[in-house]
Amino acid sequence: MGGFFKSSIGRKVSMALSAFFLMFFLLQHLAINILSVFNPDLFNEVSHFMGTNPVVQFALQPVLIFAVVFHFVMGFVLELRNKKANGAKYAKNNGAANSTWFSRNMILSGITILAFILLHFIDFWFPEINTKFIQGDWSGVMEGVEGYRYHEELVHKFLHPARVAAYVVAFVFLGLHLAHGFTSAFQSVGAASLRKKLEKVGIAYSIIVPLGFIFIALYHHLNH
Amino acid sequence: MNLTLKIWRQKDANSKGQMTDYQISDVSDHMSFLEMMDVLNEQIINKGEEPVAFDHDCREGICGMCSMYINGEAHGPDRGVTTCQLHMRMFKDGDTITIEPWKAAAFPVIKDLVVDRSAFDRIQHAGGYISVNTSGNTQDANSIPIAKQAADTAMDAATCIGCGACVATCKNSSAMLFVGAKVSQYALLPQGQVEAADRVKNMVAQMDLEGFGNCTNTGACEVECPKGISLDNIARMNRELMKASI
Repeated sequence: MGGFFKSSIGRKVSMALSAFFLMFFLLQHLAINILSVFNPDLFNEVSHFMGTNPVVQFALQPVLIFAVVFHFVMGFVLELRNKKANGAKYAKNNGAANSTWFSRNMILSGITILAFILLHFIDFWFPEINTKFIQGDWSGVMEGVEGYRYHEELVHKFLHPARVAAYVVAFVFLGLHLAHGFTSAFQSVGAASLRKKLEKVGIAYSIIVPLGFIFIALYHHLNH
Repeated sequence: MNLTLKIWRQKDANSKGQMTDYQISDVSDHMSFLEMMDVLNEQIINKGEEPVAFDHDCREGICGMCSMYINGEAHGPDRGVTTCQLHMRMFKDGDTITIEPWKAAAFPVIKDLVVDRSAFDRIQHAGGYISVNTSGNTQDANSIPIAKQAADTAMDAATCIGCGACVATCKNSSAMLFVGAKVSQYALLPQGQVEAADRVKNMVAQMDLEGFGNCTNTGACEVECPKGISLDNIARMNRELMKASI
């Protein structure tokens, strides 16, 4: 089995498996975040649960970190190998005649998403790790804020228009990445018939999920 | 019609190539692309220069020898045809046509538009066959019943002529459509089952060794393949390798 994951096909399959996990993660992230618009109290409750539950924090969170890092590192490894295999460039190459722009530029959308994740980590994840693991404060409360702090922190982040703009751009690229990635992952694990059946689901997923996140960012920016 | 041709000229494998412009006049709509190249070469020879080297053999779309990257597409702008089946009626008077060899690290240029596709042969040698004792006691192939759908799908895969358009088109120079087709044509038939696991492992290992890239499922190969080989064959190869590795 070790040899399998060193083969070109094994690498594709591992990319697809990490992608499945990340696509599921995105869905649950959106489901929780959308609560911040419709039910701030419930958003706070769920956020506190996710932020303090030992299974989430010590089992699922490390898996997520691994999947994110693995997907990016393997993405770069494959891109470099493919560049090497590609050899010299054509004087004229009509890529648009046979494939979509977003399928040919997964590395570009991927790099944009990576830049976004760094910003996102600086905004939310690093402060959370600092509060809980370095300062040891697992209470979820903050001075001057009634109830849990999570909703207040989220809204505060979307005050600055530049940050909102960066988020919107990143989510557009996320949509482009998913527009190819969703069905591509099924093809990579050999599920060709599922790929065809889920084509419309993939398009819907790649539009609805990024739009949902854009809506949340814009809503909090405009309603404060 | 009168045309301007921009053609990749390269003296040999070790020389640096470059695009060279040629003018050609009185090209008939009914000519095949290779006939147009023949006329051009006559002009070049009459001037005492070296004609453009290009691969060709049967000129009826079955041998898989012709291999030109025409106006940014493998086998040119038409669909489901090889270069020899491409007709000049696809172009119009005054057009500039860019003609290049397949470009991939695993397909080095030998001369002008001729590339070395022996990497495909070595992949085939690694497992693209069934071992049958042909000493005289061979069982008749028709004595094993095969479902119509399996026979048809295997036949579709077997129509791959190994021209290399998939590699030439792929932004990653991946050979997975070719290898997927060659694995599938046996994987779908009972005769191919005996060596199925070793076949897929050895062919994929050879493919990786030859320096072809990874498939990223853009689907460009399927569109440009002159024989319409489906991406389903790549998915089947992936399944076969997973099955063989577990």
